[in-house]
Amino acid sequence: MASAAQAPDAPAIELRGISKSFGPVKANEDIDLRVEPGTIHGIVGENGAGKSTLMSILYGFYQADAGEILIGGKLTPIPDSDAAIRAGIGMVHQHFMLVENFTVLENVVLGAEDGALLRPSLAKARAELTRLARDYELQVDADAVVGDLSVGFQQRVEILKALYRHADILILDEPTGVLTPAEADHLFRILRFLRDQGKTIILITHKLREIMAITDRVSVMRRGRMVATLDTARTSPPELAELMVGRRVLLRVDKGPAKPGDVLMQVRDLKVNDWQGVERLRGVSFDLRGGEILGIAGVAGNGQSELLEVLAGIRPASGGSVRFRGEALALDSVANAEARRALGIAHVPEDRHRRGLVMPFSEWENSCLGYHGEPRYAGPAWTMDRRAIRELAQAGIEKFDIRPPSVDLTTSNFSGGNQQKIVLAREIERDPDVLLVGQPTRGVDIGAIEFIHREIVALRDRGKAILLVSVELDEIQALADRIVVMFDGRISGARAAGETDERELGLLMAGIDPAERAA
Amino acid sequence: MSPALPRWADLALIPALNLALAFLAAGLVVVFIGEDPVQAVSVLIRGSLGSSYAIGFTLFYATTFVFTGLAVAIAFHAGLFNIGGEGQAILGGIGVALAALWLDTTHWLVVLPAAIVAAALFGAAWAAIPGILAATRGSHVVITTIMFNFIASALLVYLLVNVLRVPGAMSPETRRFAEGAHLPFMHTMLGHLGIGMARTPMNIASLLALLAALGTWVLIWRTRLGYEIRAFGHSEPAAVYAGISPVRIIVVVMLISGAMAACMALNVVLGYQQRLVLEFTAGAGFVGIAVALMGRSHPFGVVLAAILFGMLYQGGAELAFEMPAISRDMIVVIQALVILFTGALERMVRGPVERLFARRPARAAT
Amino acid sequence: MDLATALAIAESSMRLAAPLLLACLAGLYSERAGIFDIGLEGKMLGAAFGAGAVAAVTGSAWIGLAAGMAVSTVLALIHGLASITFRGNQIISGVAINFLASGLTALIGQNWFGMGGQTPQLFGDQRFLAVELPLAGALRDVPVIGFLYSDFLSGFTVLVYVALLAVPLTWWVLFRTRFGLRLRAVGENPGAVDTAGISVVRLRYQAVIITGLLCGIAGAYLATGMAAGFIRDMTAGKGFIALAALIFAKWRPWPALWACLLFGFLEAIGIRYQGVTIPNVGTVPVQLMQALPYILTVVILAGFVGRAIPPRAGGKPYVKER
Repeated sequence: MASAAQAPDAPAIELRGISKSFGPVKANEDIDLRVEPGTIHGIVGENGAGKSTLMSILYGFYQADAGEILIGGKLTPIPDSDAAIRAGIGMVHQHFMLVENFTVLENVVLGAEDGALLRPSLAKARAELTRLARDYELQVDADAVVGDLSVGFQQRVEILKALYRHADILILDEPTGVLTPAEADHLFRILRFLRDQGKTIILITHKLREIMAITDRVSVMRRGRMVATLDTARTSPPELAELMVGRRVLLRVDKGPAKPGDVLMQVRDLKVNDWQGVERLRGVSFDLRGGEILGIAGVAGNGQSELLEVLAGIRPASGGSVRFRGEALALDSVANAEARRALGIAHVPEDRHRRGLVMPFSEWENSCLGYHGEPRYAGPAWTMDRRAIRELAQAGIEKFDIRPPSVDLTTSNFSGGNQQKIVLAREIERDPDVLLVGQPTRGVDIGAIEFIHREIVALRDRGKAILLVSVELDEIQALADRIVVMFDGRISGARAAGETDERELGLLMAGIDPAERAA
Repeated sequence: MSPALPRWADLALIPALNLALAFLAAGLVVVFIGEDPVQAVSVLIRGSLGSSYAIGFTLFYATTFVFTGLAVAIAFHAGLFNIGGEGQAILGGIGVALAALWLDTTHWLVVLPAAIVAAALFGAAWAAIPGILAATRGSHVVITTIMFNFIASALLVYLLVNVLRVPGAMSPETRRFAEGAHLPFMHTMLGHLGIGMARTPMNIASLLALLAALGTWVLIWRTRLGYEIRAFGHSEPAAVYAGISPVRIIVVVMLISGAMAACMALNVVLGYQQRLVLEFTAGAGFVGIAVALMGRSHPFGVVLAAILFGMLYQGGAELAFEMPAISRDMIVVIQALVILFTGALERMVRGPVERLFARRPARAAT
Repeated sequence: MDLATALAIAESSMRLAAPLLLACLAGLYSERAGIFDIGLEGKMLGAAFGAGAVAAVTGSAWIGLAAGMAVSTVLALIHGLASITFRGNQIISGVAINFLASGLTALIGQNWFGMGGQTPQLFGDQRFLAVELPLAGALRDVPVIGFLYSDFLSGFTVLVYVALLAVPLTWWVLFRTRFGLRLRAVGENPGAVDTAGISVVRLRYQAVIITGLLCGIAGAYLATGMAAGFIRDMTAGKGFIALAALIFAKWRPWPALWACLLFGFLEAIGIRYQGVTIPNVGTVPVQLMQALPYILTVVILAGFVGRAIPPRAGGKPYVKER
């Protein structure tokens, strides 16, 4: 529809002076953007730079406070998603917008039905899906229940939804976060194919590697502003990184060689079932030594979270054993977290919003979460010594440079980086023998990332053991001394950090061991 | 993320506006049934605060609502909605009556502690079952506690009709407690101090209610258990992470909540009626929901809200007498409107107020 | 037990199950759309009063039915306002609506009729009376079919048949229409519905209104079908039993029918065998029989009889995430 009317040289999308505030926060400020038709256009920026907000405005999810949108050279107000769909825009959200207990067919049809009765719509969609599968190499079983599909296939359903609605412009928000490198490569092939068919694609990501690999042009956002738009061929990752952050960035972590000490934790044949009885961990074994950082790599959802939670005592195991300094740990109950802490096993959880912090608590209340039973916090009878807690919290704030330095501020009012520092201050402050860390820098600005990485390395250099779980391969490679890759609840390979590369780790993340295949 | 409000606006302005809306709606109901709301309010205030007699009755009712309001408030802090206050109060009444019937030849100083223990045990036990089922079987506390209200009232009828009724008597009630189980009335106690007060049912249980409010404040805001309750109430995953057992918190909170609701029977059964009758709870368990919501689950707020509802009950009785068109059912209507406006429609007021406050600092900055 | 007793119990079960079924299906629409509704009780009560009062004044059960449905729908819209527009706590809103109905019906009833909150006794056309199904007379002498059709199935009020027909209708709407697809989707993942260009708010309001209309029929049946007039708090927990049936049925129409028939049967037994004596056990007190549906509900909720997984987005207000 939009493509029929558009002038031959008009940009597919043109944004003029888009601004959007959430309360006092300016998410987007006076943004201009031109996207040429038939190109793949990348948008990069740090977490919170305003990329997703901008795309949500384009998709009618939010209303801009000011500015205008032109589609194919024509001024097009987009008050809601329906208007965006009618303007030929499709979006693949970071968190898929699928109904999990519906079939692929039902998900594709939802909102694009042809009449009040379902049967004719479904029949038409089935035929159309067959055509799309043929034209774009997007095969998927129309009758499969979406919840049973792998993440890669669910993403394919999202793309099919957009194509079924005749989208000419496809927006993808952080599409590779949940994919293995191989799946990501496959997605890129599809995207290139779609571009060659004349579709326009916008790719939002914070991974510079992807920008370099697939985009034709790239726009950089920083703190709600659009700072540059460049031809991908004429730029480089260091230049983009500098534009993103606004200063030069060290992409490496300064650390000396590891001096591995005694085995502190011995994990043998560990198994975990989830509440539905599905096996999430299928027999995992490794040793963790003092003075080393063991990185657990893998695509999200391959058992890393479960491993971390079992070791931290907040999820029961269904089999296997864990020894800490030779003593067997109880793995049967969910309320062992306190006992683990008492042994010197600290835990920075993957999800600080839901787990690591109680958001409505003030900073000082969170500064003792999990350690609130310690004698030093105890007042008379069953009370807590508020003064002692606040003083220790104040010390933590100073040591970890938490801003603003207020123990009384409600935790949700701190930035992501400072929230993570609150957690880290609490967990590192006691000088634990083992630190379990999950996604330590997710949603954290670059300045805080450097600080957090330094603290983790410093803990290692004091002879402590660190188990690092991260889905960011860059982070694992920068920090870990030894790397274990998990796939489908098992360890698919273990390598010394210096003796492997991205390609090999990528294969292991997909469950393929190149060493075995060679042999 | 919502823009932060000043503390006073969050704690005072918004509840006040919500309450104003609730009473405005109640006024419209009065107009609808053809009466003058202004006159109704003046009768209500005079009837509830106009004399020491009126005040005594108001505070007597308020005492009951402090107990049931605290019960709901404590559960709210753990993120639990205990609608079972009515049933737990019924069980508390049974406990109080059994203790009194057994010990009423002694002295009230013996009966009162026994009655407190019995009420707390019975009420806690009645709340424990929904608590344990919620903690271990995942059944919804709201629905289960509602069901337990119905079961409790059936149990009370059975006991009063078949077991505890005075042989030969017609009405389903226990015998009157003997002198030894009568709690000191407030007018007698004040009389000893030389202060004159009309005879009202207000009794020593009012002081216990204040102690209970104070104790709740200490529990929630000062103790380790209170810390764990609040952490669990805000975020169950964070509580588990902190080594706090959800099962323990749910069960313990339901025990405390049930015991608190049950203690209303000290005021009504032991302090006033001096026998166990049907319908002695008169919906007080449900009033507790409105009281807790209005009092923002804070013990101090609960006491204030309980006094307001005490005024409504006492003034409402006066109102029904002077303006018969406004029957006592008006109280239930007001209660519903308070729950609606301070609980469910809270954001109707909060949204505009937040926008108002969000605009101010922006102007100051430029 | 002889055939006549069995027939009497079966008929009584059906009569008692009908309002449960209507309320249960009412709740199904709302909860499938992601709006929890513990205010079924209040909506039924409001409708019972509206129907009883208006039928008494106008002399027409049908106008009464319309009035009952209107009252119930207004209450449903209040619930919608609180839980959809203002994203409030759906449980608290439901509690408020139950009290609002209980207080207002008694207050206004007393104000209008001065009979202690009751409405006047209804006669003749003011009530829904038993209807003879077509051919019931002709088929009466046919063995088995005659008994089932003419003696059992014929002779209920028209609203009982409405309740029974609502089951296949609901199934058809839910699984065979565009509206049903969207309704089920919005209760599972409102984000999917929103990004598909459909208004979550409008869809949920539609569901809540249907809930109001069906609860209205249920309430009207209580006052003008089953009883002859409105009595204070006459729902007596039926709304909560309907809710329990909905959970028991795992939010599906056909199982809802069986669950409501079961609860209707239990109630019928309770009414018929008040204080029944069982050999070697002793007398079962009336109160135990009366409490049985509630006890059973607790047992069901505890998952001792099948586990129920509610619609995933149920109870959560929809907020576009940042």
